Amino acid sequence: MKHYKESIMKGVFLLAACTCILAVILICVFLFVNGIPAIGKIGIFEFLFGTEWRPSSNVYGIFTMIVGSLYITVGAMVIGVPIGILTAVYLAKFCPKPIYGILKPIVNLMAGIPSVVYGFFGLMVLVPAISKIGGGTGKSILAASILLGIMILPTIIGTAEAAIRAVPESYYEGGLALGATHERSVFRATIPAAKSGILAGVVLGVGRAIGETMAVVMIAGNQVWITSDLFKGIRTLTANIVLEMGYAADLHREALIATAVVLFVFILIINLCFSLIQRRTET
Amino acid sequence: MKPINQTTWRQKMVAYRRKPRSFILFLLVNLAAILTAVVVLFLLVYVLVNGIPHLSWDLFSLHYTTENVSLLPAFINTIIMTFLSLLVAAPLGIFAAIYLVEYAKRGNRLVNLIRITAETLSGVPSIVYGLFGSLFFVVALGMGLSILAGALTLAIMILPLIMRTTEEALKSVPDTYREGSFGLGAGRLRTVFRIVLPSAAPGILAGIILAIGRIVGETAALMYTAGTVAEIPKNLLSSGRTLSVHMYALSNEGLYTNQAFATAVVLLVLVLGINALAGFIARKVAKG
Repeated sequence: MKHYKESIMKGVFLLAACTCILAVILICVFLFVNGIPAIGKIGIFEFLFGTEWRPSSNVYGIFTMIVGSLYITVGAMVIGVPIGILTAVYLAKFCPKPIYGILKPIVNLMAGIPSVVYGFFGLMVLVPAISKIGGGTGKSILAASILLGIMILPTIIGTAEAAIRAVPESYYEGGLALGATHERSVFRATIPAAKSGILAGVVLGVGRAIGETMAVVMIAGNQVWITSDLFKGIRTLTANIVLEMGYAADLHREALIATAVVLFVFILIINLCFSLIQRRTET
Repeated sequence: MKPINQTTWRQKMVAYRRKPRSFILFLLVNLAAILTAVVVLFLLVYVLVNGIPHLSWDLFSLHYTTENVSLLPAFINTIIMTFLSLLVAAPLGIFAAIYLVEYAKRGNRLVNLIRITAETLSGVPSIVYGLFGSLFFVVALGMGLSILAGALTLAIMILPLIMRTTEEALKSVPDTYREGSFGLGAGRLRTVFRIVLPSAAPGILAGIILAIGRIVGETAALMYTAGTVAEIPKNLLSSGRTLSVHMYALSNEGLYTNQAFATAVVLLVLVLGINALAGFIARKVAKG
């Protein structure tokens, strides 16, 4: 009788563990089944590389949005990566204990602030400031890049700090023993050893930046065009879905789901990179 | 641990004069840390200063009208949404973690697959969850735009988070506890529920509180699953907006900037409180 109960519960635990697999399968199936036919109808080349997005005349090309997502992600990296890594170095190697007790909770808190609040903050502070400097409305690539750069900081800082802390102290001490300064030891001995962990953090940050939706919709301007002017707006893949899903129908709706498929594939590639880097770290 | 290179401030300055590059690095590192802290503090202070004066009792009235964009219905929806999502995700996540830590054998193919899928789930952007939710729960299962559809979508979203934190909490329970329990003749199941889970409870709780924080802050996954009706729902199948969606709607309409600030304050205080609670519990765990 007792044995019976044990095996039932084992089955229950196993089933619960399999919900993850089920969820991923469901997400893939529903996105692909609803999205792929649209890509077929529009034509894969026209869909991915078309620069026109005019739902009213059934023209669906998402190239501008792919470029938009890339622009803003790269912009966020340019701002977020150096600040993030340096802050992580500070937290792990420079920070006096009392300051760590303040700074670490601040960084954790950053991860908890909802993206709408970030977006609203960007709308109220960044957008007017950029409008004053560069003219126009201020809803721009620059605004979105700066805001996303801030938003990915906690991801990068958390991972990079853990990676730096995981490097054996003897590396650092060896550097000192050779006569290097504290900074030189940290930057030339410890950080190279933590390289792949830091890289993993950056990759995670890229994933967050590409997937971020609400904050970007609020401040990126969302115009469908390709521009290299940092003070002009642009539309990302995520923004495209949020903006038009509310009223889209038929092929338009399917094209939006296909946009999500493209986004999903990007994220899968990024996840793959992340796990490859992690596996290399472990071995 | 004490650093092995104890030097006085003066010695450091002399060294820096000889090694200007080290000094620049030192400055950069400090600058980055200060910048990070300043940005966060500025954001908090800015929102609080602009929002607190606009917090009025009118914002907490039971009904939302265009003259009085009350946040109370959205607040209540948030609580319902949180409760429902956790009701689904917490048992699933905890059971899944129990399987991974207590039952599964090392190097099992299935376990690897579960880990990979959990990792994938935690990387999926919230708008993709939202779209999936609207395709699956809203349309395919016929729930319509409803609290239930939103809660189920969020449940999938927070599942990997709860799984990971629970796994870590379970792993930190010393094996001697389990061995002691087995030694007294308890079965595996009894050991898990009577010995392992109680000792891992604070860690699991901290994970659940983090998940609550994510639910409260989520917008994109809810817009097309739970909808944007600003009323307290009559039942689980009617639509309702949470506080974050409410906040987005307000700032999007552009007419209610002051109320949006006030809503942001409520949202921030809520999320910060939740995070502080999680940190407090986690620290208690660390102290043992």
